[in-house]
Amino acid sequence: MKYLDEFRDPARARTLADEIRRITTRPWMIMEICGGQTHAILRYGIDQILPPDITLLHGPGCPVCVTPLEQIDKAIELAQRPEIIFTSFGDMLRVPGSSTDLLSVKARGGDVRIVYSPLEAVDLARRHPERQVVFFAVGFETTAPANAMAAAAARQAGLDNFSLLVSHVLVPPAIEAILSSPECRVQGFLAAGHVCAVEGYEDYEPLCAKYRVPIVVTGFEPIDILQGILHCVLQLEAGRAEVENQYARIVRREGNPRARALVREVFEIAPRKWRGIGEIPHSGLRLRGEWREFDAELRFPLSTQHVDESPDCISGLVLQGVKKPDECHAFAIRCNPDSPLGATMVSSEGACAAYYRYKRRHA
Amino acid sequence: MPDFQLSCPLPITAYPHVLMAHGGGGRLMRDLIQQMFATAFGGQHETDSAVIPTQGSRLAFTTDSFVVRPIFFPGGDIGSLAVHGTVNDLAMSGATPHSLSAAFILEEGLDLDTLWRVVQSMAAAARECGVRIITGDTKVVERGKADSLYVTTTGIGFFNHPLIIAPQSIQPGDAILLSGDIARHGMAIMSAREGLAFDSPITSDSAPVHREVLSMLQDRIELHCLRDLTRGGLASALIEISTSACLRFDLDESAIPIREDVRAACEILGLDPLYVANEGRFAAFLPADQTPLALQLLPDARIIGRVVEQREPLVVLRSPIGGSRILDLLSGEQLPRIC
Repeated sequence: MKYLDEFRDPARARTLADEIRRITTRPWMIMEICGGQTHAILRYGIDQILPPDITLLHGPGCPVCVTPLEQIDKAIELAQRPEIIFTSFGDMLRVPGSSTDLLSVKARGGDVRIVYSPLEAVDLARRHPERQVVFFAVGFETTAPANAMAAAAARQAGLDNFSLLVSHVLVPPAIEAILSSPECRVQGFLAAGHVCAVEGYEDYEPLCAKYRVPIVVTGFEPIDILQGILHCVLQLEAGRAEVENQYARIVRREGNPRARALVREVFEIAPRKWRGIGEIPHSGLRLRGEWREFDAELRFPLSTQHVDESPDCISGLVLQGVKKPDECHAFAIRCNPDSPLGATMVSSEGACAAYYRYKRRHA
Repeated sequence: MPDFQLSCPLPITAYPHVLMAHGGGGRLMRDLIQQMFATAFGGQHETDSAVIPTQGSRLAFTTDSFVVRPIFFPGGDIGSLAVHGTVNDLAMSGATPHSLSAAFILEEGLDLDTLWRVVQSMAAAARECGVRIITGDTKVVERGKADSLYVTTTGIGFFNHPLIIAPQSIQPGDAILLSGDIARHGMAIMSAREGLAFDSPITSDSAPVHREVLSMLQDRIELHCLRDLTRGGLASALIEISTSACLRFDLDESAIPIREDVRAACEILGLDPLYVANEGRFAAFLPADQTPLALQLLPDARIIGRVVEQREPLVVLRSPIGGSRILDLLSGEQLPRIC
């Protein structure tokens, strides 16, 4: 933990904030992609020590927030079947589908279990050959290798009672969708360090060139984030638009080749709907043909159809950085973490929930 | 070019069933207590013990149920926990614990050796606390209808001082004292459940705190309010007190002691230590000029903040790097984050 303390050092944080203030000559809008970064920014009050000219916009990098309603409804339908042990990361359990959430399914007798790793779900399948175990494979590039490994482990063990409900999304197509929107206000990005630890950052280089935006691969501690912002502002002030790697202690340009190879063996790129944003081409992963036997959607007949979402909340605009959470009329009035209107209020990494928890009023 | 549609799910405004979150020490639990139990039973429910006026004296009265899994964990077990929990609830009103009852719900098939270990542990804890377990009850339910065993303890205590130790006694300017490092019990349980291995296991802080409280009272420290930091942790306890007292508390995050292994476990599991359970820690509100004496009596304690002259329920935490944030009750239990 001493290693982490270095990246939370108050004196270094103040020096970096002063440096950002010194070099900033005009207003800049910077988006942090990852929900984990949003969380850290609000938790440590990083936005409060920045000069007023720097505006941080909170991006779509929270898997809980962008998993579409249909997938939540499918998860709920699966979890209600008596033969299924439905396994998931913890914070998916509170996300409301169109009528209920997984916590309620669990309370009414559904076998819903929180796991910390998809391999735990594979292990459950091994120990319960009489049951079907489904793992809710959500997340960005970060969680994809472990999910691919789970499918590979299930195949190796000859398990026919393990499957994945896949809802994987990819960051670079989402950045491109935001940049190509006519409402885009974002001038620079902090890319998500953990995503790049897996996939590297080659895919971001064409985006910098095409849209003339700097992208800084950034970690998750306060010092990381402040350094990321500093590098981004330095580029913006100098009129440069390059990929820079602030998180070099973890991230290499080529990423983690073994993890990438495993992901490509098991998954293929597919169009994916993002909650609050809509369908983005080439922005998701699905199981490849020879791995489809592990696809829960094919294994179990599901009745879930396309579901229309209520037009009352602006989570789509929040996820694209067009609006801030507290610019929403429903924020903290009709919409709060107990009674969320949108997924951005549900997830602890969601921008609206983070605002609600840390920033409801200026203290 | 994607077709951007602005969409959102339907809200879940009320749950028609009991969720685990209703016992998680957060907002759902508070609402359940206020809307159901307090509505039906009346009375005030803002302190850990009820205080009953008797002839010329006062009696403290409290009860608590224990459903911990695993029942043996590093640093304690369900038996010692059941004694410490109720002794501590009595201590939080400033009472001297006197006697306990113990009620057991046992699952058919429970190993009697296991039960004996729990009972021995309870007896030892009661001796250590200077209380007697003087009455009890035993029920057995069918296999699968309970998780090994559940214990309920009820306690009474008496007062040797005239103070009213409750949120309404808190004054602007009061110091907020934390009796020791936080989040150990919750992380000891989580680490045991998740099989997290550290060089040495994280041990629960489960311990009686009544002697620390009584030593402060004996030295004439004018305690205004006390709260033990169980479910929901430090943050939930302070938010509840702030709401009851309608006063703002300003806290300094860097003054809150957290052991390194506990912080590491919280990082790994994606949990905020401020909301993690303790079983041997309390917060005390006292006049600022009496803090030197209190810190002398409680060497592990720290002053973590103060009550400010602002009549609104608000707990504000100043981060080490200088930003501040409002602490809010969680909905229920903390759920581990995805990544």
